[in-house]
Amino acid sequence: MSELDSDRNLLERIRRGDKAACNECVQRHAPGIYRLAVRLVRDPSEAEDVMQETFLNAFKAIDRFDGRSELRTWLYRIAYNAAMMRFRKKRPEFVSIDSSEDPDDAIPAPRRFLDWSSRAEDELQRAELRAELEKAIGELPEKLRAVFVLRELEGLSTDETATTLGVTIEAVKTRLHRARLWLRESLTGYFQHYVTQE
Amino acid sequence: MPHEDCRHLLGGLSDYLDGEASAELCAELRRHMAGCEKCRIVVDTLRKTVSLYRRLPEPEMPEGARDRLYKVLDLSDYRR
Repeated sequence: MSELDSDRNLLERIRRGDKAACNECVQRHAPGIYRLAVRLVRDPSEAEDVMQETFLNAFKAIDRFDGRSELRTWLYRIAYNAAMMRFRKKRPEFVSIDSSEDPDDAIPAPRRFLDWSSRAEDELQRAELRAELEKAIGELPEKLRAVFVLRELEGLSTDETATTLGVTIEAVKTRLHRARLWLRESLTGYFQHYVTQE
Repeated sequence: MPHEDCRHLLGGLSDYLDGEASAELCAELRRHMAGCEKCRIVVDTLRKTVSLYRRLPEPEMPEGARDRLYKVLDLSDYRR
């Protein structure tokens, strides 16, 4: 049975109030929901709250889920909305920065041209680089970050990402490209720091 | 990256890296990169950026988070 069929089956059982099915749903989807949440809100404790809220809301609203998207996509959407609600309450100034820069605007031109592509080969072993990669995600504007995390890190398809975020496929593609360029620029700055020290 | 050709090709770089660009765009990009050092660097470091992120270890849930989730959902009896 594919995960999709298995999720459909699970859905029917959850609707009938089967707690074992709720347990299976949590087992299957909690790790992904937590990963998404922590990369959106950047705080493990807040992310845990978002994860709890997601499943509580999902089980309450299960009868309203029309099944047009996958269960996983629906859960990601609930988690995304919960994360954004908290995020906006906590840091309203961040939203204003993001909204002043339309993520679907023209692609910004690269500014840093250091070739660090061969330097980074084995460096993922270093905690410092891993921390830098996570930090750079945290600095992405909210809308670019959501697309990057879902599409690149959680492995959702372009369609699924568009459904989760309620945006067009074209917007997902543009935002993913902008996010990658943004992160490239940020990592170039990180590696530049080492070159100037050598 | 001031050159018009560079700007024109910039929008297609993700498609190129994901193998979704047309054969025509791929050929155009390769021709351009052969003579444009800055674009070659952008493509190589963009490819490396994507590759690093795809290999980045996944964040794990804090200790006890699963237990707390099951408790909140009243599913503790079903915890495996």
